[in-house]
Amino acid sequence: MINEMTEIQSLMQIQQLSLRYQQKLAFQDITLSIPQNSITAIVGPSGCGKSSFLTCLNRLSDLIPGCTVSGHIQLGTLNIRNPKINTTALRRRIGMIFQKPNPFPMSIEKNITFPLKEHGIKNAQERDRIVEQVLQDVGLWSEVKDRLQANALNLSGGQKQRLCIARTLALQPEILLMDEPCSALDPIASGIVEDLIISLRQKYNYTIIIVTHNLAQAKRIADYAALFWVDGSCGRLIEFAPAEQFFNAPNHELTQAYVNGIKG
Amino acid sequence: MIVNEKQQGIDRIISLLFWFVPLLITAIFIWILGDIVRGGIGQLNWAFLTTAPIDTGRQGGIAPILVSTLLILGVCLVVSLPIGIGTAILLAEFTSNSNWFGRLVRRSLDVLAGVPSIVFGLFGNAFFSKTLGLGFSILSGGLTLACMVLPILIRSTEAGLSAVPIEYRLSSASLGISRTSTLWHLLLPAATPGLLVGLVLGIGRAIAETAALIFTSGYVDRMPTSLLDSGRSLSIHIFDLSMNVTGGDANAYGSALVLILILLLINAIAAWLASKYNRSL
Repeated sequence: MINEMTEIQSLMQIQQLSLRYQQKLAFQDITLSIPQNSITAIVGPSGCGKSSFLTCLNRLSDLIPGCTVSGHIQLGTLNIRNPKINTTALRRRIGMIFQKPNPFPMSIEKNITFPLKEHGIKNAQERDRIVEQVLQDVGLWSEVKDRLQANALNLSGGQKQRLCIARTLALQPEILLMDEPCSALDPIASGIVEDLIISLRQKYNYTIIIVTHNLAQAKRIADYAALFWVDGSCGRLIEFAPAEQFFNAPNHELTQAYVNGIKG
Repeated sequence: MIVNEKQQGIDRIISLLFWFVPLLITAIFIWILGDIVRGGIGQLNWAFLTTAPIDTGRQGGIAPILVSTLLILGVCLVVSLPIGIGTAILLAEFTSNSNWFGRLVRRSLDVLAGVPSIVFGLFGNAFFSKTLGLGFSILSGGLTLACMVLPILIRSTEAGLSAVPIEYRLSSASLGISRTSTLWHLLLPAATPGLLVGLVLGIGRAIAETAALIFTSGYVDRMPTSLLDSGRSLSIHIFDLSMNVTGGDANAYGSALVLILILLLINAIAAWLASKYNRSL
C-alpha cells in the first residue's frame, strides 16, 4: 500500500499545518500530500476544522479576521504560505466552490465574464466562447442558453451551484476546492452536482479536494479519503488513504468506527 | 377553550393597537399635507414659479428663490456625495469594528448628526463666510449644508455596505478578483439602496433647512448670477413671509406647497431608482 501511495504524483504538499482563530486552535499539525488528477475527500464530524483547512490552501484564510496559520504548503515550486506571493494568481490556479451556492447578483453571463475580464481576457468573442464552453461542461448550457441575461439569483439551487462551478472552471484552475458543495441542495440537484464532480475528474483530469459530511457520497466519488477528528476541541488528521483501503480496511480504529457508522 | 378565547381577545386588541399607530402617523401626515395644499393650491401656477417676488414677497412669484434653493442643494450634493461615499467605504471596508480610528470617526459622526442646525449655521458663518472669505453666498450655504448632511449620508451608506453578505466577498476573492473591483462591481451596487435612503434623508434635511442658511447663504431674494451671490432658500422664504411680512401668508403657503412637492418628487425618484435598480440586478 505504501508503495502504491508513493507512485502517485502529489500535486500539493501540506506540512504541519495549524490554524488558530484568536487563541483557539481549529486544527493542528496536519501533514498530507494531495495526489494529482484525483478526488480527495475530507470527511469527519462538524467542528473538526475541515472547512478551515480548505481556506488555507487558497489563502482565503487571509480574509478572516483573527485567523493565524502556521506550517508549510507547497504547490509545485510555489510556497503558498509565503506572504509575498500574488494571491490573485494563486486563487486563479486554485478554484473554490462553497457550501451555499453564491452567484453574484448579476446576469448568468456576467457571473462568468466578470472574473474573466478581471483576469485580463479582453476579447469579447473569446469570453463568449468560454461562457458557452463552461456552461456546457457543467450541463447548464441547454437550460440557460436562451436567458443568459437573466439574473443568476433566479436560478434554482442546483443550477446556481453549477453556475458557480462554471465560473470557477472558466479561469482554468489546476485544483478545485469544494466545501460541502452538495449539502445545501435537494437530493436530485445534489445527485446532478455529484455526477458533475466525477465527470470533472474523469473528463478533464482536475485535482479535486472535497470536504463532505456525507460519507456515502465520499465513498461514491473519492479516490483518496482523509478523516479529520476533533481531539479535545482541536481538529487533527486521523488517517489518509486510498478510498478503497479507507472504506474497507482502514488502519485506524477511529476510521473503522466512523466508516461503519458507529462514531461521528 | 376559555383560555383560548381570552388569548384570542388579547391578540385582537394587540393587532388593533399595531394598526392604530401607523394609521395615526399617516393621519397626521395627511392633515399637514391637506392644510398646505388647501392654503397653497390657489397660489400655485406657472407665473408663481417663473416670476420674481414683488413687495417683499406679498406679490409675485418665487423664481429666484427656486433657483437659489436648487443651487444650494446642488453645491451640497456635489461636495457631500464623494466625501460621504469615500468615508463610508473607508469605515466599512478598511477599518474593523475594533479599530480605534474607525470608532472615533463613527462616534464623531453620530454626535454630528445630532448637533442642532443653528450650530452648523454659526460654524458655516465663521468658517466659510468669514475665514475663507466666501461671504453670504450660495457656496457658503451649500458647503454648510454638506457638513450637516454628511453624517446621515455616511452612516446609511456604511450600513448598506456592511449589509452585503460576506459570501460575496469570499467568492469574489476566491475567483482572484481584486479588492478594488470587488468594491466597485459588487459591493457598491449592492449598497446603492442604502445610499439612496441616506441621500433622500440628507436632501430632506438640507432642503428643509432654515437656521443654518440664514447665517451663510443669507436672504437676498434677487436672482443669483453666480455661486458667490447671496441667495434665499425656499425654507427661509417661507419663514420670512410668515414671520416678518404681514399679508404674506398666502404666498408662504404657496411656497410651502412647492417645497413639499419637491420633497415628494425627490422621494419618488429615489423609490423609482431603487426599484429599477432591484429589477436590473
